[in-house]
Amino acid sequence: MIEVRGLHLRYGGVAALDGVDLALRAGEFVALLGASGSGKTTLLRSLAGLEFPDAGQVLIEGRDMAAVPARERGVGFVFQNYALFRHMTVFENIAFGLRIRPRGQRPGRTEIARRVEELLALVRLPGMGERHPDQLSGGQRQRVALARALAIEPRVLLLDEPFGALDAKVRKELRHWLRGLHDRLGLTSLFVTHDQDEALELADRVAVMRDGRVVQFDTPEALLAAPADAGVAGFLGDAVPVDCVVREGRAWFEGLPPVEVAGVKGGKAVAFLRPVDLLAEAGAGEARVAAARQDGRGVRLTVEVAGMLLEATPTPGWAPRRGEACRVTVLAARVFPA
Amino acid sequence: MRRPTEEAPWLRWVLCLAAVGVALLFLVLPLVAVFAEAFRRGWGPVAKSLSDPDALAAVRLTLLVAAIAVPVNLVGGVAAAWAIAKFDFPGKRLLTVLIELPFSVSPVISGLVYVLVFGAQGWLGPWLEERGVQVVFALPGIVLATIFVTFPFVARTLIPLMQDQGRTEEEAAATLGAGGWAMFRRVTLPNIRWALLSGVLLCNARAMGEFGAVSVVSGHVRGETNTMPLHVEILYNEYQFVAAFAVAGLLALLALVTLGAKAVLERAG
Repeated sequence: MIEVRGLHLRYGGVAALDGVDLALRAGEFVALLGASGSGKTTLLRSLAGLEFPDAGQVLIEGRDMAAVPARERGVGFVFQNYALFRHMTVFENIAFGLRIRPRGQRPGRTEIARRVEELLALVRLPGMGERHPDQLSGGQRQRVALARALAIEPRVLLLDEPFGALDAKVRKELRHWLRGLHDRLGLTSLFVTHDQDEALELADRVAVMRDGRVVQFDTPEALLAAPADAGVAGFLGDAVPVDCVVREGRAWFEGLPPVEVAGVKGGKAVAFLRPVDLLAEAGAGEARVAAARQDGRGVRLTVEVAGMLLEATPTPGWAPRRGEACRVTVLAARVFPA
Repeated sequence: MRRPTEEAPWLRWVLCLAAVGVALLFLVLPLVAVFAEAFRRGWGPVAKSLSDPDALAAVRLTLLVAAIAVPVNLVGGVAAAWAIAKFDFPGKRLLTVLIELPFSVSPVISGLVYVLVFGAQGWLGPWLEERGVQVVFALPGIVLATIFVTFPFVARTLIPLMQDQGRTEEEAAATLGAGGWAMFRRVTLPNIRWALLSGVLLCNARAMGEFGAVSVVSGHVRGETNTMPLHVEILYNEYQFVAAFAVAGLLALLALVTLGAKAVLERAG
């Protein structure tokens, strides 16, 4: 559906894209995840025809896009700050893509009005057509931007940090709603985010970008279970790097019991441990409860082991108290040679 | 309670009075003087000097020059601002500096440059003369000098605004299928229309009032190459004070109408 081959783009001597390869299947919902400056927005803009790569190919539905300008790509694009036309009403914003079509393909006035109303209902803003963008909340603007992009009936939808400017609650609501919309309309979507929760929760597959390259492209489960390298492992799932030594198929830690690791060559290594990898239980042991705090998702436990502070998961039914001694078991670890 | 950024009341009063005083002394008083001098002997002499054929010719020439120079600078200024604000290209900084050039060069020099290039002893003058085209001491020279001097107004008002607005709305229009013209007409132009209008009005005011550059290239032929400011000077030098101030008053009135229109339009926008 969308295929990117060996894309290179330099900005005044700095490589923004340094050989990107990526292939999306029709109907997929894919996240481009990476820190700022990793090239994810540049990649997205290259797909829309807003950036011009120095080398490489972009194919959409098998067609080479090199000579196709942005206005002919028929790709829906939602900008980070929405880029709504500030002097137009919501209605006119959404109708824009239809009104500027060449005479032969332009729908009639009543047809345009009908389509806009339909889109307003789709993004749950019925009756808001006469408002101006500055009279809307952030979440509403975001949905207008989406409706405007959908008006041209794109097969491909590109979204640049679609939830970036919204507060946490609106963000969560919109996430699920957007995913539902994608499924219902049969779109192929690619969205840029620096929020791993968003990417892992929403996407069918996640492309992790670093230094202008896609370092791993896989399902969220596979990314968490088998990160391609130490960088990806450290980036995902609040993992903390801990020094260890690999010997006889096991990783040995200071102050923690060893854990089985497969396929890592012996010697010094770094293990990435997530809160869910560490199980803490009451009883005499080398660890001590450094902090225990109740929040909306359960108990957040921090234990002190051999001078390190690690987040761990308490066994059910145990209410840890500060200073209490405890035992920590390592359930799993992703280990890379140091 | 006084806010931390607020000054003592007496200081505020002094500052306000100083500002108003300066404005009255340097801006309002001369304007009042122009009209007072013109109407010193009532309406009769004013009407008579304004209906003088040379005065009428000067008014016509001034309006004609503005009618050519302003549209040229409107198109040129918008094009320059659009290019500078929305695209990256080599030489962009140089262009930005060049746009300011007419402001920093003395208008007399601007006029002299045209005489050098197009005059009888100039680079292109003889070549043009053979073909029966006269630039200097004729309408084309006056128009060229006016265009040069008033070029920055439109571009200068637009560039900061357009840079501030960024390119994303245009990019959004492009992804929705808009070509260059549709993008400009439906997205860019509505976003800049008030600034554009204000730039055009300022450009117009200056085009009608320009003295230095036009004086050099005009040749001061009465009834032919005299614009209003030049006509005022000639009348004044001939001690025809009432007539001079009558024409000056009309010129000032044109400028005031322009400023008034600008204020009204800015309030509407």
